[in-house]
Amino acid sequence: MITAWLILILLVGGLLAALIARWQPGASRWVSLLSLLLAGYGLLEVWLAGQPATPSEQIIYASLSAEWIPRFGIQVLLVMDGLSLLMVALTLFLGVVAVLSSWTEIEHRAGFFQLNLLWILAGVVGVFTAMDLFLFFLFWEVMLVPMYFLIAIWGHEDRAYAAMKFFLFTQISSLLMLFAIIGLAFAHYASTGTLTFNYFDLLGTQLTPELATYLMLGFFIAFMVKLPGVPFHTWLPDAHTQAPTAGSVILAGILLKTGAYGLIRFVLPLFPDAALQFRWPAMLLGAVSIVYGGYMAFAQTDFKRLVAYSSVSHMGFVLLGVFAWTQVAVQGAVMQMIAHGFSTAALFMIAGALQQRLHTREMARMGGLWMHAPRMGAIALFFIVASLGMPGLGNFVGEFMVLLGAFEIDVPLTVAAALGLVVAAVYGLSLMQRTFQGPPNPELAGMRDFGARETGIMLLMAAGLIWLGVYPQPVLEVSGPVVEMLRGAGAP
Amino acid sequence: MNSADFLAMLPHLVLGVAIVLLMLVIAFIRNHALTATLTALSMLASLLAIGPSLEALPRQVTPLYIFDAFGAYFTGLILIAGICTVVFSYRYLQGRRGDPDEYYLLLAIATFGAITMVETTHFAAFLLGLEILSISLYVLIAYPEEGHVPLEAGVKYLVLSGVASTTILFGLALLYNATGSMAFQAAERALTDQPNYEVYVVAGNILVFGGLAFKLSLVPFHMWTPDVYQGAPAPISGFIATVSKGAVVALVYRYLIGGDGLDNDALVTALSAIAIASMVIGNLLALMQRDFKRILAYSSIAHLGYLMIALLAINALATLDFAVEAGLIYLAAYFAMTLAAFGIVTLLSSSEQDAGDLEYYEGLFWRQPWVAGVLTITLLSLAGIPMTVGFIAKFYLFGAGIEGSMYTLLWALIVGSAIGIFYYLRVIFIMTHRPESTLRNERPVARGAFAVICLLGLTVLAFGVYPTPLIVLVGMAISGMGG
Repeated sequence: MITAWLILILLVGGLLAALIARWQPGASRWVSLLSLLLAGYGLLEVWLAGQPATPSEQIIYASLSAEWIPRFGIQVLLVMDGLSLLMVALTLFLGVVAVLSSWTEIEHRAGFFQLNLLWILAGVVGVFTAMDLFLFFLFWEVMLVPMYFLIAIWGHEDRAYAAMKFFLFTQISSLLMLFAIIGLAFAHYASTGTLTFNYFDLLGTQLTPELATYLMLGFFIAFMVKLPGVPFHTWLPDAHTQAPTAGSVILAGILLKTGAYGLIRFVLPLFPDAALQFRWPAMLLGAVSIVYGGYMAFAQTDFKRLVAYSSVSHMGFVLLGVFAWTQVAVQGAVMQMIAHGFSTAALFMIAGALQQRLHTREMARMGGLWMHAPRMGAIALFFIVASLGMPGLGNFVGEFMVLLGAFEIDVPLTVAAALGLVVAAVYGLSLMQRTFQGPPNPELAGMRDFGARETGIMLLMAAGLIWLGVYPQPVLEVSGPVVEMLRGAGAP
Repeated sequence: MNSADFLAMLPHLVLGVAIVLLMLVIAFIRNHALTATLTALSMLASLLAIGPSLEALPRQVTPLYIFDAFGAYFTGLILIAGICTVVFSYRYLQGRRGDPDEYYLLLAIATFGAITMVETTHFAAFLLGLEILSISLYVLIAYPEEGHVPLEAGVKYLVLSGVASTTILFGLALLYNATGSMAFQAAERALTDQPNYEVYVVAGNILVFGGLAFKLSLVPFHMWTPDVYQGAPAPISGFIATVSKGAVVALVYRYLIGGDGLDNDALVTALSAIAIASMVIGNLLALMQRDFKRILAYSSIAHLGYLMIALLAINALATLDFAVEAGLIYLAAYFAMTLAAFGIVTLLSSSEQDAGDLEYYEGLFWRQPWVAGVLTITLLSLAGIPMTVGFIAKFYLFGAGIEGSMYTLLWALIVGSAIGIFYYLRVIFIMTHRPESTLRNERPVARGAFAVICLLGLTVLAFGVYPTPLIVLVGMAISGMGG
């Protein structure tokens, strides 16, 4: 039940925020913050209530099932297991961050802005908990529309192009997924005589190898676009760069994770044989994404574009880890998803704060900012170092586990992927040097440093990364049993 | 004819009598509001008459007509569309010169022609209905007196539609020559029973389908569509897009199901090619338009192309029921979306000019948030985004296509939908533009038209979220199919 409540709280909260903005535009921010906190509180309760008796026990924290369209055996089936719980927690946390980061940035139609923000989050929570493929697809698509509005209305100068590209890429690929979903359901119908979209029933459907490959590719391409992996990544730099800060935070922090989540939850468990036959090309794409994304990041002159390309690189680790499909690698991929959510969201917030102050994202016009804004500089340094994989912080744990797990499967690709860590150091440190170090630009003197609100959020995320880096065990314990179950799902 | 016959044809009788009464009223009192109200009420009465008529169904009344639940479903859709058109027309004609009373009379007659077409399995009655509908439309398209654009559209429709009707007639003559019967079943059965006449039957079928493809505005018979949609009054464009096409779809279904389906490979190949061309070319041409009515015209070409998937799925006999179900669901969705879209065009039109140019939609979100919201829902539904009935409809098409293994058509559907998203989203993006200082075309909001638009938008959403009632209704229409 709680999963439905989470989604409802966010939907209703969004409506309330939009309504209240008619009288008091500023109040809409508080409404959305409160609804996020309320949802977060609900999630915390569920988490605490569901402590496992033994570490390997798989826990279903909450579930809800109801008939929806009986004609096709479609249900409203929302299930929250460990993996969903982690992802939903990340979603709500970054949701709070997004609301706080846009606190003063959005003047135009603040209520409608909060409506879109909360509805994206509602869609994402749905994606992470829906266990009926039809329902999953519905949420998958529905989160796109408010994201489109977020970029198209509150984006920067080139927003029309970026919003359209974002929508087209995801929409076309998800048509392929729809094709695959219906194909899978009908194949299941042909072999068993029951038409269902229930994920648990569809696990282990008998498919001919050829059909399985096609269906798997339908899912794979949709998730690859969202992830994004090379060669489907080209929408990402544009969308990230043009989106408002909160949009970038949500895109990088949460929406990309839906792609990774889909790979873990659907592609490999539903089509184990076909997917494992596809392992080498997929891992290759992962390694290519890591190196190519890093290489491109280094070549950027726009702060946000650089961070966007670094996302391509970091999500390459997730792709590599998921398709290695060993326990360690997949858990590493989950860890990487969470850590990347924190570090990239923080970097986008810094980019947004700089743009708000300097009205530019061009690094050529920055330089020596540490002089003017030491707090901001120190915080930026922390997150850049986290993002390049410094031991002791969350990203390192994720990347290390992915490489460790992938090493068992394919040594050359793992070696190539490890090069990504070197590239990350290059572009990360160059980002730091070009913006916060070097000769100060006298025109920028008098720039405002981070205030209490911004510093507070940043320290919170920094604390999260340190926790993940030093003591990742709680997260691993939550994700472990689910990953084990998913890895076993396809096995005979 | 006995009382059960009359009961079965009650909706038609009600509308027929009402048309005569309406004519008499107009002869004595010319009052725009009164005529519009009476027309809407006649259609409503006819719609309500479907209820009692159901118990007499299915029933063959003379060789010409077959009244059944399938026909009742279409009659209901057409009458609802008719009522919506009347409400929109009232808004549209307000403040224009001239007496608009005959307009409503013609609208009622056109609707009558359409509901005649959906209750027949006989060529004579079909042609009769088609001509009643078409001839009324010639006048309705050219009804506004101002400017030459509506006139041009009317003449264009007159000439081309006349050619199409003649083509159909010639095809029917060939079929009659081969079979000696005007019933649908005979025409189909002849393909197998009388091999000597096969050439007549195939040629006749091709001519008939060519003419019907014109009425459905499928590529390559689509040339008239954008011009007529653009030139005609906005409510009439909506009426052509829904009612006249919906009636033809019902007829095609009856034609295909009455016989053994499409068991001629050449015909199937030709129709598949037409469907693919409509999906791809319709969407591609829509990309290049700057006029919203033209965009909707090309989008309707593409949507009829999508609908062809459901029609062609009948060919794979195993999926017959599912194919029909998919088509009926798609048509209902298409009706709601198209009517809402043209209703909004009407609402935004000034008394001098239709709201065709996309300029009219700039910043609509901030000027009229509710209208913009409904239009957004409609466009997303046309694009097939979940939570709207357009998605449910597309879902059905995917299902029908996969069941019938028609993968080429499905690829065309994917490509077409992908292109479609682009131009639908462009309109939405234009609506989000920041408001300009000068507000334009601020006509007082018409409550009736506005309420109908909101209802249509709500329908699109409601059946998108919970389609079960619609599915049940369609299931009843199919299981109650006679003939």
